[in-house]
Amino acid sequence: MLEQIKKLIQYYEEVISLPHRQEIARELRHEDDIFLLLLYSEMIGIPNPVYYYTLELYPYMLEKFHDWHLRMGMEKSPLSGIRCC
Amino acid sequence: MSGILVAVIGIVVFALGYRYYSKFVAEKIFRLDPNYVTPAHQYKDGVDFVPTNKFVLWGHHFTSVAGAAPILGPAIAVYWGWLPAFLWVILGTVFAAGVHDFGTLVLSIRNKGQSVGTLAHRLIGQRAKILFLFIILILVLMVNAVFAWVISNLFISYPASVVPVFIQIPLAIWIGYAVYKRNIKMLLPSVIALAVMYLVAVLSSNIGWMQIDLVQWMGGEGSTGIFGLGAVSSAFFIWIIILMVYVYIASTLPVWKLLQPRDFINSHQLVVGLGILYVGLIFTNPEMTAPVTNANADTSWLPLLFITIACGAISGFHGLVSSGTSSKQLDKETDARFVGYAGAVGEGILALVSIIAVATFFTSTADFSAVYHSFASANASGLGVFVEGAAVLAGGLGIPTDVAVTIVSIIVVSFAATTLDTSVRLMRYIIAELGTEYKLPALTKTHVATSIAVLSSAALVLLPEGPKGFGSGGYQLWPLFGTANQLLAAISLMLIAVWLKRLGRNYAVVIIPMIFVMVMTLYAMFQQVLFEWSWNGTEPNTLLFVLGSIIFVFAIWIIITAFSVLRGSADQNLDN
Repeated sequence: MLEQIKKLIQYYEEVISLPHRQEIARELRHEDDIFLLLLYSEMIGIPNPVYYYTLELYPYMLEKFHDWHLRMGMEKSPLSGIRCC
Repeated sequence: MSGILVAVIGIVVFALGYRYYSKFVAEKIFRLDPNYVTPAHQYKDGVDFVPTNKFVLWGHHFTSVAGAAPILGPAIAVYWGWLPAFLWVILGTVFAAGVHDFGTLVLSIRNKGQSVGTLAHRLIGQRAKILFLFIILILVLMVNAVFAWVISNLFISYPASVVPVFIQIPLAIWIGYAVYKRNIKMLLPSVIALAVMYLVAVLSSNIGWMQIDLVQWMGGEGSTGIFGLGAVSSAFFIWIIILMVYVYIASTLPVWKLLQPRDFINSHQLVVGLGILYVGLIFTNPEMTAPVTNANADTSWLPLLFITIACGAISGFHGLVSSGTSSKQLDKETDARFVGYAGAVGEGILALVSIIAVATFFTSTADFSAVYHSFASANASGLGVFVEGAAVLAGGLGIPTDVAVTIVSIIVVSFAATTLDTSVRLMRYIIAELGTEYKLPALTKTHVATSIAVLSSAALVLLPEGPKGFGSGGYQLWPLFGTANQLLAAISLMLIAVWLKRLGRNYAVVIIPMIFVMVMTLYAMFQQVLFEWSWNGTEPNTLLFVLGSIIFVFAIWIIITAFSVLRGSADQNLDN
């Protein structure tokens, strides 16, 4: 009985946490998007003093890059240097 | 007839609808495939697209769609007797709402999790997008005006509910802070907030000075208040202005600061409310004292019944939730039946208990006739009767009536306030989108769009004159809210029909409810616009005449579009 009540509370908590978890994930993604923009800023004309170092992250970012430019409302990759699609 | 028996019959029909009809639709019409890769898996991003357990998703879907509307509509519709309202709620839920909510969910899953708005754009083109935006704009405008009136009305009728409702605001801000900034699990703070609210409700029900009774403060009903208005008019005016200022601030804040924490508290209130009412029903075992059908009705039930109860029988708003958020989180396609159809059944259960609470409240038929003597009176007093009736049911659990009345009105006000907040926010987005569409950049500014949303809503709720004077006529907007909601449902059903046609399946299950709600909307608007609100009508009213005419034209537009789309080849634009 106690076990079932615990399960019920856990279920209920999960239900009400759903939008909350989504909001946090969205906020984190938003921060990530800005970070990505800063890393590639040189390519869109904003000077970046650590460009060579950020470029090293390129292979790690490539997979995420496609989703990022789609989220930013761009159907195709905006940067000629990165041909993701 | 016993209230318990009515509840049992309703629940059994819902269960049979889920067990057999939804199974038939799922297997024979939609032909759900357990191996289909849903958008939640295909586009999994950890934010919008997240595979979620079907029970958790159902809980979230249900709490998102259930609110004040499925309580208010049935409470008014009992005017024609409890049987017509009961039949429309159960049959509407089984054959219309269930299929609509379930269908929009499946349609969206089969099309990359896109919303009905986007799908309308893809299928019918640019004009459908604009049509869709305008219908949602009218719908949210109605929601704002109706719920602002509902809240003001409850504040005036039940002054003990004011303080607990306003205490919810700082409590919600505290929860937002605790959960998002301090990373505390939300269950405990939100339960504490609820307990504080109900404790304050107990105190305010018993302590006179905690009741914010504006009408009494201005010297009672017959006195003069501000600007030479009567005391009741002044109270409506003050509450509506306060509410509009509140929603302006609330809808421009980030969602996590106020709106979401309020939703956590409201989820608890929904569970508490449903629990109290159904358990109370078992303990009190009341008789249905309202007449089965009302022979003395001054307005015919046909077609008004079908637009008076929108949420609880079929509501287009659910399609926005189904295709907007739930479809992106569905783990397996076969889960759609449970989440969509049972979500609609959940709302039907809420509407059902609203009918029972109202229909068991009266001591005699004469007592019923005294309150429900005209359709206008039903519109104005329906919700009040629900609050009192629900308090009687809560009395079965030993809760004193005055405290129960305060708690029930707090629950209704909380639902209505959250809906108000969400819909002002939604209206702001739509105004901004129309601004982009028609190249009016000023409209895309947050404060410009919010000001337009708030001012137009305030004008709409304040302008209609009611029996208690200025500002008290907001209830007249309820049939318009119902029709706007049905229009949205009809568009969604049309889109599902197009999809089914493409697959070569029988689309009668969606086209019949669509034609039904459209005919009722057209019939109702034709009758109201021409015979009531026009300059030759019984109650001339330019504002309602204009809005009703717009809805009428939109309804005809949707029907013509539906036929041309179903005959044409627009279905080629769908993915699956």
